[in-house]
Amino acid sequence: MAVLIVRRLGSLAVTLLLLSVIVFGVTQVLPGNVAQMILGPYSTPETQQALEKNLKLDEPAWQQYRDWLTHFVRGDWGTSLRLGQQIRPILLLRLQNSAYLALSSLIGVVFFGIGLGILAGIRQNRPTDHLIALFAFLGISIPAFVSGSLLIILFGGGVWNLLPGSGYRSPTEDVRGWLTRLVLPTITLMLLLLAYVIRMTRSSIIEVLTTNYIRAARLKGASERDVILRHALRNALLPTVTVIAINIGFMLGSVVIIEQIFAYPGIGSLILFAVSNRDLPLLQASVMVIGIVTGLANLVADVLYMYLNPRIRYR
Amino acid sequence: MSTSPSGVHDATGVSAPPPATEGAAVAPGMQGSRAGRWRRFWEDVRRTPSASVGLVIVAGFFILSLIGPYIAPHSPTDFDIANKFGRPTLAHPFGTDPFGRDVFSRVIYGARLSFLLAAAATLFSLLIGTPLGLIAGYYQGWLDEVLMRVTDALLALPSIILALLIVTTLGSSAFNVILVVGIVYAPRIARVIRSGTLALRNEEFVQAARARGESGAYILFSEVLPNTIAPLIVEASIRMGFAILLATSLSFLGLGVSPPAPDWGLMVNEARPHIFRAPWLTIFPSLVIALTIVGFNLLGDGLRDILDPRRVWTERRSEGV
Repeated sequence: MAVLIVRRLGSLAVTLLLLSVIVFGVTQVLPGNVAQMILGPYSTPETQQALEKNLKLDEPAWQQYRDWLTHFVRGDWGTSLRLGQQIRPILLLRLQNSAYLALSSLIGVVFFGIGLGILAGIRQNRPTDHLIALFAFLGISIPAFVSGSLLIILFGGGVWNLLPGSGYRSPTEDVRGWLTRLVLPTITLMLLLLAYVIRMTRSSIIEVLTTNYIRAARLKGASERDVILRHALRNALLPTVTVIAINIGFMLGSVVIIEQIFAYPGIGSLILFAVSNRDLPLLQASVMVIGIVTGLANLVADVLYMYLNPRIRYR
Repeated sequence: MSTSPSGVHDATGVSAPPPATEGAAVAPGMQGSRAGRWRRFWEDVRRTPSASVGLVIVAGFFILSLIGPYIAPHSPTDFDIANKFGRPTLAHPFGTDPFGRDVFSRVIYGARLSFLLAAAATLFSLLIGTPLGLIAGYYQGWLDEVLMRVTDALLALPSIILALLIVTTLGSSAFNVILVVGIVYAPRIARVIRSGTLALRNEEFVQAARARGESGAYILFSEVLPNTIAPLIVEASIRMGFAILLATSLSFLGLGVSPPAPDWGLMVNEARPHIFRAPWLTIFPSLVIALTIVGFNLLGDGLRDILDPRRVWTERRSEGV
């Protein structure tokens, strides 16, 4: 197993290295004068030259790449062109905000996903099961910007004025404001993920319920509740855990949309800011961070899967 | 590692593809005469509820994109300032927007735009992804290794992030939406084709072609490709749904089609400041987008059940919007 993990780490390193080439390459294929593109049509040649010097655009590409990569690995992520500040503190703060959002969604997904999955599993092929399947399918199919906008209309003031539809409060200053502003984006993100967990839990429960040890538990007189919660659920949880880990990368993609809808200051809205303002250093650093987090989450998913699967664990 | 959970792995694509769970290349029920095959296929579609419902929705969308401009009651772009922010009425079933444009007509015109964008993008990704997948799967070796590592790196990013990265390079326009969506989905197509090719490369008919001394291109396009058609159809129909999803999402972010085009994503974006004052501006385009994507997903799921039964419920959302 240790060998597998090391090999997996190696392939992650290769992937991230290639990704860094791609992310860096994007700046190289920008058509025309990069400095002018960044500064806009009203820039003077002097400011353009200054920026070129500042970005070291006059050096050969491989040298720029090497410098950029070594700085990035050392934790020096450069200065944002638009914000004029060090990128790392901003990026990490935004990542933290997005992590709140991701974490609250994960909690909700685990809770509702496993609950609905069990329910669908024990009511297999009955109306409840079909209803849950429909709900999951709609959640997975409807784009985040559609469900998010509809949620704002429904609960953010259009129909019922229950929750603030947008914005952000720091949890250290205003816990209530922070929590209430987290609810709608969390639900939007949850809707996208629920289907995975529901389907996974459902099929594991159905599979586990046909095994002999569940029959044994029933025969020894355990209540149906005990059979499900103590015997079946424990085994059904294993695949569900990996599915959740795999989807962390995906969550980081959807936050771009969700943070835009709800004006939530996370890493997604930061990337969007970088794209709209052609803030290349900021864009490169944020995309690399997303790549790293996604890669690590997948690694964790793999390791968990190996660990939870004895056939692989003891190889 | 050859048994990852339900193949969800391929999508995130960081690990090597698990050979044991890779898609079946030749679907059962695809043997026999051409007419007989189609008849059986049609019966399968009718018997699979998700496929038939999906087909109805997709057909409706397709017809709307063909005849939309002839049945739309108003122009999608003409201003009528006296009539701005009109509530839904009989004359304007979906209401009017801040410029007095008829939302119903804009939604109808939008079907053609969405269809053209998505179809062109899917075609583009097939054009890039298919040859790469064929070559990687057939020739193996270092070429395969390099291609797969590059797709790994591209798939390491959620697709919307990759799309944003490319938009930064190309700039935003309707044409670039096609390029961006096509490039984002090409690696996924390449993977599907590659696994199909892998399963076929040692089949007898391929060996026979090799023994006859046929060229590599002939073997790939005349022997291998026709036999990967089943997974390819499934993939293309799922990709169409995703292409609409990604294209409308880009327009929603203001990085896709530019105003005043009647793009659905752009309409939801433009409706944001008026979300409480004129919720119909958000609601109707949203529902149409949702319905269309649901239709393509249903059709894709149904087709997969019919054509590619070994690939049970694989990735969907790692697509990432």
